[in-house]
Amino acid sequence: MYKYDNYDQAIVDARVEEFRDQVKRRLAGQITEDQFKPLRLMNGLYLQLHAYMLRVAVPYGTLDGRQMRMLGHIARKYDRGYGHFTTRQNIQYNWIKLDEAPDILADLASVEMHAIQTSGNCIRNISSDQYAGAAADEVADPRPWAELLRQWSTFHPEFSYLPRKFKIAVIAADEDRAAMRLHDIGIQLVTRDGKLGGKVFVGGGMGRTPMIAPEIKDFIGAEDLLSYVEACLRVYNRYGRRDNIYKARIKILVHQIGADEYRRQVEEEFALVKKLGIDPPLAELERITAMFAPPAFEAGAPQGVDRSDPDFAVWLDQNVKPHKQRGYAIVNISLKPVGGIPGDASADQIDLMADLAERYSFDELRVTHAQNIVLPHVRQADLHAVWQALNEAGLAEANLDLISDIIACPGLDYCSLANARSIPVAQKIATRFASPERQRDLGELKLKISGCINACGHHHAGHIGILGVDKKGTENYQLLLGGSGAEDVSLGKITGPGFDEDGIVDAIERVTDKYLATREQGERFLDTYRRVGFEPFKEAIYG
Amino acid sequence: MKLLTGNDLPSGDVIWWTGSGWSRHVEESVDVTDQGEAIARAEEGARHVNAAYVIDATATPEGPRPAHIKDRVRALGPTVRPDLTLKPADPAAGDWVI
Repeated sequence: MYKYDNYDQAIVDARVEEFRDQVKRRLAGQITEDQFKPLRLMNGLYLQLHAYMLRVAVPYGTLDGRQMRMLGHIARKYDRGYGHFTTRQNIQYNWIKLDEAPDILADLASVEMHAIQTSGNCIRNISSDQYAGAAADEVADPRPWAELLRQWSTFHPEFSYLPRKFKIAVIAADEDRAAMRLHDIGIQLVTRDGKLGGKVFVGGGMGRTPMIAPEIKDFIGAEDLLSYVEACLRVYNRYGRRDNIYKARIKILVHQIGADEYRRQVEEEFALVKKLGIDPPLAELERITAMFAPPAFEAGAPQGVDRSDPDFAVWLDQNVKPHKQRGYAIVNISLKPVGGIPGDASADQIDLMADLAERYSFDELRVTHAQNIVLPHVRQADLHAVWQALNEAGLAEANLDLISDIIACPGLDYCSLANARSIPVAQKIATRFASPERQRDLGELKLKISGCINACGHHHAGHIGILGVDKKGTENYQLLLGGSGAEDVSLGKITGPGFDEDGIVDAIERVTDKYLATREQGERFLDTYRRVGFEPFKEAIYG
Repeated sequence: MKLLTGNDLPSGDVIWWTGSGWSRHVEESVDVTDQGEAIARAEEGARHVNAAYVIDATATPEGPRPAHIKDRVRALGPTVRPDLTLKPADPAAGDWVI
């Protein structure tokens, strides 16, 4: 894991004291809310439906036990005993007091964390593959590159006031576990002729105008990657639509001028940028990369697991993934108990996950964009002990990538932008499909719910997506089918008229029934949908 | 009727104008008629409230009921966490929101 150097720590500590002074002046009436609002947002502090909300950055979703425990401490001391893990691999707290916010930031800084650039029209938290460093299919660990981008983008003077927010993802495997092509910039690390570089996609995103990022560069050498990304940003910063918030994201620019013209401008800019010496010297790259060196895996760690406990065996099959190191495994901790709130974890649960990471996973955890937690490096011999501890804490739901593993935004229960509640719909769907056997029979089925068009719940990328809208003052839910945020990326299509809260659950059941009646051997829901098309499902939904 | 609502500046709590001050309980709010904006400006200036705005509501025997579901959620608390609402002991409180 990356460890702050003195410079990192100094700028974060300085930001805490700066914000402390800004809060003090706001409370004393020396600055107005109009003056203060952009300052608090730069520190991740929103004013939401019930209180202030603080969004804490978890760079590329990677945490150690000490940091995770601090997140639990904040939940317990400053919030109401829980936190909410987000689709940007961050965590947010819903009940923050303004006068305590500086102390929270100081506590975060003490464990090398902050809330900087978790809001505003700047480069947000860099996201990545939650299996980085553990997956057998990666060509390199993407985290050193994500960290490099984090350092480059933090307080970047040229990109602190972009036309709109900007999201970057870095992956290093053909299997896309980070919705990479639905980012403003998506980078897939690849090798060519034995040399590491990146395939660069620009102009993806969800929101009110969902788009899949086109490929802008099929290969840029790693030694030029930062300059190339800088060039991508410069073209956007120059020509992005600052006159219209709804047309201000880079996807609109790329779409309007076309990928070829955007690429031409980026190449032109890159020729200039490359002379500026932005790309780090080899020694700095090696310094960062060394911090992500593989942990000291036990050579000859025993392979195989005793599957005699049936509940454990089910969890093993569903939530545990192969590791690149013999004798190890990747553990996914579902934060989606049936009937629970997707992505929420209590302070005690957070503490427990920190303990398990320290004891069983080389002190590492990951937050996933699907609002779950990963212990990336667990000895197969320890899996039963981990499962037992998780089970006692209500964290052993064996539903990874099944229909109840629902991504849901906070919705109208917490968010001031939302038009409809997301969480109750997620709870009703999960409860309707509560039977583990039924879920497993349905197989991989990614269901994603957003409470408004901003799409924080990634509904466009759901095999089944739900969008909450306001229909003459009442909540209404539109159904989408056929989306994917994975390597087979696609955007869901709205089926037709929306439904009320109970109606949408019934509609989904009609969709799954149609799938079960139509599928061929080995087909996932998405495969069947793509084979038979939209109409049979529409017919099943509306009759 | 019109209600004036906003957030307490230091705590962020949702608050409602009672005619003489602010309450966390919408039942204690009063009709501000056409005076909402003026009250909001004065109270924001005194830092008694943050981000104040006027909403539509209807008078009921139990007190004012905000017209829009968003403000009813604000008035009660998250429907999915009854324990964190202003009426944790009332299991039916969420019905008022819907």
